[in-house]
Amino acid sequence: MSEFINTAWRREEFRRRSQIAVWVVLGLFGVLFLRFAWLQLIQHDRYSALSENNRVALVPNIPPRGVLYDRNGVVLASGDWGYALEVVPEKIPDLPALWAQLGEVVRIEEADLRRFRRLREDSRPFEAVPIRQRLTETEVARFAAQRYRFPGVEMRTRDWRSYPFGPTFSHLIGYIGRISQKDKLALQEAGRWSAYRGAQYIGKAGVEKRYEEWLHGQTGFEHMEVDSGGRALRSLGRTPAQAGMNLSLHVDAGLQQVAEAAFGPYRGALVALDPNSGGLLALLSKPGYDPNLFVDGIDVDTWRGLNESLDKPLINRALRGVYPPGSTIKPFMALAGLELGLRKPSDSIADPGYFSLSAGGHRYRDWKKDGHGTVDMHKSIVVSCDTYYYRLADEMGIERMHDFLSQFGLGERSGVDLDGELAGLMPNAEWKAKRFKQPWWPGETVIAGIGQGYVLATPMQLAVATMMIANEGVLYRPQIVRAWRDPKDGRTHTAAPEVVRTLKLNPEHLRLVKAAMQAVTQPGGTAAGAGAGAAYTFAGKTGTAQVVGMDTAGRSVSGSTRHRDHALFIAFAPVDKPTIALAVMVENGGHGGSTAAPIARKVLDYWFLGQTTPGAAVMPAPGPAPEVTTGGDHAD
Amino acid sequence: MQIEPGLAGIVREGVRTVFRHADPVLLGLILALLALSTLTVASATSGTYLVGHLINMSVALVAMLMLSHVPPQVLIRFAIPLYVLGVFLLLGVAVAGDVVNGSRRWLNLGVTRIQPSELMRLAVPMAMAAYLHYRQEHLSSRHFALAGLLLVLPVGFILRQPDLGTSLLILASGFFVLFLAGLAWRVMAGLVLLLGAIVPLAWMFFLHDYQKQRVLTLFDPTSDPLGAGYHIIQSTIAIGSGGLFGKGWGQGTQARLDFLPEGHTDFVFAVYSEEFGLLGNLLLLGIYAAMVTRGLTLSYNASGLFGRLLCGAITLTFFTYALINMGMVSGLLPVVGVPLPLVSYGGTSMVTVLLGFGILMSVASNKSLVKT
Repeated sequence: MSEFINTAWRREEFRRRSQIAVWVVLGLFGVLFLRFAWLQLIQHDRYSALSENNRVALVPNIPPRGVLYDRNGVVLASGDWGYALEVVPEKIPDLPALWAQLGEVVRIEEADLRRFRRLREDSRPFEAVPIRQRLTETEVARFAAQRYRFPGVEMRTRDWRSYPFGPTFSHLIGYIGRISQKDKLALQEAGRWSAYRGAQYIGKAGVEKRYEEWLHGQTGFEHMEVDSGGRALRSLGRTPAQAGMNLSLHVDAGLQQVAEAAFGPYRGALVALDPNSGGLLALLSKPGYDPNLFVDGIDVDTWRGLNESLDKPLINRALRGVYPPGSTIKPFMALAGLELGLRKPSDSIADPGYFSLSAGGHRYRDWKKDGHGTVDMHKSIVVSCDTYYYRLADEMGIERMHDFLSQFGLGERSGVDLDGELAGLMPNAEWKAKRFKQPWWPGETVIAGIGQGYVLATPMQLAVATMMIANEGVLYRPQIVRAWRDPKDGRTHTAAPEVVRTLKLNPEHLRLVKAAMQAVTQPGGTAAGAGAGAAYTFAGKTGTAQVVGMDTAGRSVSGSTRHRDHALFIAFAPVDKPTIALAVMVENGGHGGSTAAPIARKVLDYWFLGQTTPGAAVMPAPGPAPEVTTGGDHAD
Repeated sequence: MQIEPGLAGIVREGVRTVFRHADPVLLGLILALLALSTLTVASATSGTYLVGHLINMSVALVAMLMLSHVPPQVLIRFAIPLYVLGVFLLLGVAVAGDVVNGSRRWLNLGVTRIQPSELMRLAVPMAMAAYLHYRQEHLSSRHFALAGLLLVLPVGFILRQPDLGTSLLILASGFFVLFLAGLAWRVMAGLVLLLGAIVPLAWMFFLHDYQKQRVLTLFDPTSDPLGAGYHIIQSTIAIGSGGLFGKGWGQGTQARLDFLPEGHTDFVFAVYSEEFGLLGNLLLLGIYAAMVTRGLTLSYNASGLFGRLLCGAITLTFFTYALINMGMVSGLLPVVGVPLPLVSYGGTSMVTVLLGFGILMSVASNKSLVKT
C-alpha cells in the first residue's frame, strides 16, 4: 500500500518538477533570446559596421628581445635577422624530389634535412617548417628568381639571436630555442601565453632562460585591413609590441675571454666575483659549446656529439661540478681555529710528515714525505702543511667544523641567478647517519680538515667563500644582472647587492689569514711562480682535488690524464681593498700552483692592467728558492 | 503480422521495423536540427567538412536507432556494471593516463586510446537512475545521499584530469536525476549555499591560471584580443551583424574570412546566427524548446522510475549543453569547450547525444513492458 503511494507520489512529483524544469528552460531561453535581440536588433548597426570593417585582421607583432651587455657595454647577445626558406610539408607531394630541385638553387646539407625532420615532428599540421636558415645574398637572389618553380616553399624574414662570443659565454648566457610543446604548457600555466602569440623563440638555458620574462617583452598586434581574399591592404593602427628589457651584466667580456684563453687546452671552470657587491665578473666552464647552434634548432648528430662527448661541454662545471676543495679549505680552517680559540697564531707544531690519531695507528700523510719541520699557522698556509690541519681538525671535531665552514656558504647553493646550481656538501655526523646509516669516524674528520673525504664544493662556492675572506665576512648573493632598462619608462635601474648574512669575525684573525694567503703568492709560497712580478698585491691558496685515491705510500695512483688530480686555486686582489675574488678549477690539471694559479694571474693582470702578460705566470720565481717553491702543491 | 508480397513490401516492412521504436515527433525535430547543422557546417567550412559531417550524422543516427531497440529492462542491467567499468577506467587514467595538451584524459589500451570521461556522460545518470529505481519502494534521504556519492566520485576524478567542462556537465546530469526523483527542496537550498561557499575557495586554490584567465576574459574580452578574448569578440560581431534576417546562407563574412576559427565546431552558432539572423535563432531556440518539452513528456509517460529519471536527466542535460554553448558564443558565459548539440561538427558529441535520444526512444516505446 505504502509502496503504491510512494510510487504514485513520485510520479506526481516528477510531473510537477518537469513542469518547473520546462518553465526554467523557457525562462533561460528567454534570456538568451533577449541577448540575441540586444545584439541583433539594438546593437545591429554597430556590429554591422564592425563586421564591415572586420575586414581587419590582427597580425601579431613580435617584440624585439632584450639585448645583453657586459659591464662595459659590449654586446653579448642581440637580435639579428635574415632570410629563411620554409616549407609546408603537407603541400609538397614529394619531399625528396623537392630537396633535389631546391638543392640546385640553394645549398642544402644533410644537417639541414636532419633538422627539418626533427622540427617537423614538433610542428602542427600545415605549419611552415624551416629547411634553410640565414640564406646568403646570392641564395636569396637565386631563389627569388626561381620562386615560381617551388609552390609551397616560402622565403621569409626571420628574427634570430646571435651570440658574438660563441662558446666563451655559453654557460653564462645560455641560448634561446624554438618554443616546444612543453614550453607552451608552462607558459599557459603561468598565464603568460598571450605574450607569446606569434613568437618563435624562448630562453632555454643560462641568463636567456632565467631572465626570459624580462628579455621577451609583450607581443603587440597590428590591425590590418584585408580584402575579401584575406590579403593585407593597409595598416589601420597598432598596439605596439613591448620590447624586452636590455640587461647589463656585471660580467666583463674581456676578463671572460682572457680566462678562456688562459685555460688553453685544459677543461675546468673559473668564477670571479666582485667582493663589494657579489657581482659576477666572470663565469667560465670549459669546454663550452656554440650557443648559435641551438637558435635554429640543433641537428641530432651535432647534439649527440655534444651530449656524449667525454669532455662534457654541456655541463656547467662552475655550478654543477662538485669537487673536493682540497687545500683551498685551509685558510677557512685556520680562521676557524682562531675564532673558536683552538689556536693562537704563535702555536706551532713539529711536523714529522704524518699525523696519527693514536700512537702506532694509521698514518695520515703530509704531501711532503719528511714533513715541514716546525710549523705555525702562517707557515701552515704558505707551505700548505697537511699535518697542521689533520691535528686541528681532530681537535675541532666535525660538528664545529661543519657549523663554522657552513657560514661561508659551503654545502648551500649560492643563489646565483642561474638554474641548476648544485649545493655541494659540508658533512657532519647527522648527514652521514641519514645518508649511510653509519656513525661518523674520527678519521673522516681528519681528512675533512684538508678538504678531502666527503667535503664537496662547486667552483662557485669556492669563489663565494673566498669573497667572504676578501670582504671580511659579508656573504652577498652572487648577481649576474647589474642594471636593466625598463622600456616602459625608459629608466635604468641598478640591482642592489643582496646580503645573505654578515659574519662577525675578529679583524686581527682575518689580517693573519690574509697575510698568509698573500705570502702564498710570494717567494716561498706554493703559488710563488704565479705571483712573481705582479704589479699589485694578491692573496691566494692552492689546492688539489683528488681524482683517484692514494696508495698507502702516499703516491697518487695516476694512469691516463683523465685520472690526474684537479688543480684548484682561490685568490683575491688587491689584498688591502679587494675588487675581485675568484676560484679556478682545472680538471686533471695536477697541482694548483702550477696550472690553476697561472690562470688566475692572467685574469688578475687583465683586471688590473687591462692586458695579459703572457709568460708572467711561468716566469721562474726570482730570488732564493726555499724548500717549497719548486713543485707547488702536491697531492695533499 | 501480415507481410505484403513483393520487394516493395519487404522494404516497407524493413523500414517499419527499423523505425518501430523511434518517436516520430522527436525524430522529426532531430532531423530538422541536423538539416540546419548541415547547412551551417557546409557554409562555415566552404563544403570541405561536408562529407565527414554526413558520415558522422549517419553513424550517430544508426547508433540511436539500434539503441532504441534495446528495452529499458535490458539497459538497467548494464547500468551498474558500465558505471563500475567507467570508474576503473578513470582510475586507470589517473594512474597511467596519457597527457594531451596538459590534461590527463586519455587511456591507452595498446590498440586504441579512449577517453573514459565521455563514457561517464551517460553511465553516471544511468547508474544513479538504476540505483534509485532498485530502492524506489522506500526511498529515503540516505538513498539520495548514496546516489549523490555515485555522482561525486567520477566527477572528482574528471575534475582532477583536469576537465572542468565535462565534470560540470556530468554534475548537472546527476543533479537532474536527483531533482526529478524528488530531492527535498531544503536539501537543494543547502547545496546552493554550499556551492556559494565553495566557489570562492575553488577560485583561490583549485582553478588553474588558464582557467581563471578564461573566466576573467569573459568580463573583459578586449584584455586579450589575440588570445582567449578573440573568439568572444569575433563571435559577438558575427551574431550582431546578422541582424533580424541574417546575411543569408553562405554570405557570412566572419567565418569565411577566417576571423572566426572553430566556426564549424564550438562556435558554429555564431556562423548560424550571422547567416540566419534573429529569426533563425528563434527557430533554433524553438526546436530546442520543443525537444525538451517532448523529451520530458516522454519521460513522464515512462512506466518505470529508471526510465523516467534517466530520460528526464538526458533531456535536461541536452538542454544544458545547448544553453551553455549559446550563452558562451553570445558572450554571456565563459568559454568552456562545449559543442552545440546536434549542430556542431564532431563525431563524438554527435554519437553521445544521439545515443541519449536512443535511450529516450526505447523507454518511450517500451512503457507497457516494464512493471510498475
